[in-house]
Amino acid sequence: MNSETLDLRAKAHWVWRETLAIHRRAPETRLASSLSAVEIFVALYYGGVLRFDASQPLAAHRDRCVISKGHGSICMYPILADLGFFSKDELLRVCHSGGFLGGIPDPVIPGYETVNGSLGHGLGVATGMALGLKRLDSDRQVFVVSGDGELHEGANWEAAMFASQHRLDNLNLVIDDNGISMLGYTDDIVSHHSLSERLTAFGWDCRRVDGHDVLAVQAGLLEMKATAAGKPKALIAKTLKGRGVPGLENAPLSHILNPKPELIDSLLEQLP
Amino acid sequence: MTTKPLPMRDVLLDRIWQAMGQDAKIFFVSADFGSPILDKIRADFPSRFVNVGIAEQNLINVSAGLALEGFTVFAYAIAPFITMRCYEQIRVSLALLSEVRPINVNLIGVGAGYSYVVSGPTHQCYEDLTLMRAMPNFQVFSPADHVTAGALFERCVSATGPKYLRFDAQVLPVIYEQTAPDLRLGFHVHRRGERVCLLATGYMLHTALRVAAQQGSEHDVGVIDLVDIARFDEDRLADELAGYQGLVSLEEGFSGRGGVDAMLFDFLARRKLPLTLLNLGVNGGYRFELGTRAELHEQVGIGPEAVQRRVAAFIQSLSH
Repeated sequence: MNSETLDLRAKAHWVWRETLAIHRRAPETRLASSLSAVEIFVALYYGGVLRFDASQPLAAHRDRCVISKGHGSICMYPILADLGFFSKDELLRVCHSGGFLGGIPDPVIPGYETVNGSLGHGLGVATGMALGLKRLDSDRQVFVVSGDGELHEGANWEAAMFASQHRLDNLNLVIDDNGISMLGYTDDIVSHHSLSERLTAFGWDCRRVDGHDVLAVQAGLLEMKATAAGKPKALIAKTLKGRGVPGLENAPLSHILNPKPELIDSLLEQLP
Repeated sequence: MTTKPLPMRDVLLDRIWQAMGQDAKIFFVSADFGSPILDKIRADFPSRFVNVGIAEQNLINVSAGLALEGFTVFAYAIAPFITMRCYEQIRVSLALLSEVRPINVNLIGVGAGYSYVVSGPTHQCYEDLTLMRAMPNFQVFSPADHVTAGALFERCVSATGPKYLRFDAQVLPVIYEQTAPDLRLGFHVHRRGERVCLLATGYMLHTALRVAAQQGSEHDVGVIDLVDIARFDEDRLADELAGYQGLVSLEEGFSGRGGVDAMLFDFLARRKLPLTLLNLGVNGGYRFELGTRAELHEQVGIGPEAVQRRVAAFIQSLSH
């Protein structure tokens, strides 16, 4: 894939539409948290950030991408199919018997590294992978995509302390900071206040970006990946849950709301 | 020549230390828990030893990540903490993940049953066998002496999949002077009896052997050491139990709450074996009394005297 000529914005829009279409067919999928992360995943996979080999998803020479916010990564299904990890026909069988693309992705899906969906596990496992790669003298890097809500899980902070203690500068945390967990705004539940200040206090190298400006996300990811200063790194992408769907976008209960099928149809009928 | 009894953990850790010199894939992770032999590992292999601190959830997650990168991982902590503090990490990133990835993580939990005698119920461990055997792909080993504990090393490095090693914190007398039990079998027959067989695991094997010796020749009871709680050879155990009328399970864990006794109830029912089971384990709830391990065991119904009484009554009940 030539990242210089690929129109990342057009690709992001295509992924957004495909994610809506999947949800139209499989309403069990979590739509709102999958739409907030579209540009993050498009930048990671099409923006020249991750090294991967769709024909050998677990090849040693890949960069690792741990998708901790499992439910909120349905947008990865069209991306992985488009990149050749599996057949596009599978997109028609999401949540169906005989398919392998479930409501919460599992590592039976080519391209998924670990078991997620149960939240707050990805960063710790990724930290172990990053330590292992350091010990193997590998130059591969580990990326983790996490939601802000799942950072309520304390195991993340055990891992955050460990990663800075061991100077894991091959570890890159991307936070889909949509500000909403299941029952409302995280600021009203248990606020993170400033995630960048918290992570910085834990010894991390932090940067922030508009998570829906795919070119800015790409630039942030590339810059983060190129940084090796003895600290684990984080990119906090400010996003909107349910982005682009009227009634869903940034609604406090968007995680558990399903837009009406007619609304999705009308959105899909609009020209790309 | 008698073998000097040693701590289970030091014997296994010494095997690991020896192997780390030749096998660059072995990684040791501790949750701020030590031992004299661990000091050798820390000194000689600093790049493949890491202390995650008092953070068992991260202990499991880091171990899973290292295993995904191809390391054979030993994770080490106090038994109740390495099993219960981080149970969902174990379930998600070891049990579930190992169904689709060939990861090898070996959890070494020190402090089986009442072995941290005066530390009370936070550090004692009577639920771990239930919890760890609840995950169908976990291997669970419960050795009764240091010879068995050391013999587990080969199994740990040669087989992938998640494993839990339940070690006593005390130095227990040596049972296997000549040779370790056959781990492919998963159990070891110490004596054959006539009507009743005692099937014990870990520390309770010592109690079982004592009680069996005291029964005398009039009521000759068998004794079996169950080392592999999850994957013993079922056919061979069924053969071994043929002819007995009664089976007594002995475990240093709550009775009737899903431990070895539940496993045996299920085993007898599935194999349609006509044995009556008496399940002896810790009675009642959590207790804070101080005492020796023997005193604590008598209080909860698994001391030698309590077991002796209950086995004698069991034998009586079978003869009517």
